[in-house]
Amino acid sequence: MTAMQLKFHIEGGNFTKAGFASSEVKKYLRKINISNETIKRIVIAMYEAEVNVVAHAYEGEILVNIDSKKVDISVIDKGPGIEDIELAMKEGFSTASQKVREMGFGAGMGLSNIKRNANEFIIKSQPGEGTSLNIIVYLNNVN
Amino acid sequence: MNVKDIASLINAKVVSGQNGLDKEVTGAYTSDLLSNVMANIEENQIWITLQTHKNIIAIASLKDIAAIILVQDLLPSEECAEQSNIEGIPILSTSLNAYQISGKLFEILKNNA
Ligand SMILES: Nc1ncnc2c1ncn2[C@@H]1O[C@H](COP(=O)(O)OP(=O)(O)OP(=O)(O)O)[C@@H](O)[C@H]1O
Ligand SMILES: [Mg+2]
Repeated sequence: MTAMQLKFHIEGGNFTKAGFASSEVKKYLRKINISNETIKRIVIAMYEAEVNVVAHAYEGEILVNIDSKKVDISVIDKGPGIEDIELAMKEGFSTASQKVREMGFGAGMGLSNIKRNANEFIIKSQPGEGTSLNIIVYLNNVN
Repeated sequence: MNVKDIASLINAKVVSGQNGLDKEVTGAYTSDLLSNVMANIEENQIWITLQTHKNIIAIASLKDIAAIILVQDLLPSEECAEQSNIEGIPILSTSLNAYQISGKLFEILKNNA
C-alpha cells in the first residue's frame, strides 16, 4: 500500500460539520480494505478529537497519515488549551457550556474514548495557545 | 428483523430516511450522551434518544447504526431529517418515553442478537 495523507480544516463552534473529517477517513479506510474492527477504533478516536476542536477550540487542522503499518492522526488546534491535562483525561470532567451539554456533548468521555481506542496517544497543550493530539492505531496485530 | 418490521410492531412513525428501512436490526442502545453512544453502541443497533439535531446522524453513520428512535413524539430538526434521507438512516418517532420504548424493543429483540 502506498502511503497516503488526508488533511482537514476544522472550524471551532461549527457543530453542523462535526464528524465530516472522520467520515471521510472512514470511507477511505473502507476503500483500502482495513478491517472493520480497526476502522471502528480509528473512527471513535478521530471523531472525539474532531468534536473537541469544534466544542473547545477556535480552529484546527487534522492530518491523517496512513501507511501499511498504521494510521497516524495529528490534531492541532488554536484555542484556550488545557490547564491540567491529567484532570481533563478523567472520565466525567468537562468544561463544556450548558448549550453544548444540552446537545449531548460534554459527558467528559471523549479523551478517554480516544485513549482506549488508540495504540499510542500523546496530548500536549499550551494554555492560551492551543492543544495538539497525536493518535496512532496499528493496522496489523491489532491490540 | 428489519427497521420496517420494528416500526410497525412498536407503532412508530417513520419521519425520514425511508430508503434505509430494510436494514437488519440486532439490538438497541439507549443514551442521550453522544460520546457514551460513540463508545458503546454497536453496528446494526437502533439508537433510542431525545437528541434531535444533525450530529446524531453523523454518529449513526460513523457507527453504522440501523436507525434512530426519537422518544416522546420528538421530531428531528429539518437539517437532521435531510441528512437522514441523504444517508439512508431512518428516524422513527414514538409517543413512548425512553424507558417504555427500551422495554418494548428489549422484548422484541432479546432473542435476536
Ligand atoms: N481541543 C481542546 N481544547 C481545549 N480544551 C479541551 C480540548 N479537548 C478537551 N479539552 C478539555 O478537556 C475536557 C475533557 O474533554 P473530553 O473530550 O474528555 O470531554 P468533553 O469534550 O467535555 O465531553 P464529551 O467528549 O464526552 O462530549 C473538556 O471539557 C475541555 O475542558
Ligand atoms: Mg470531547
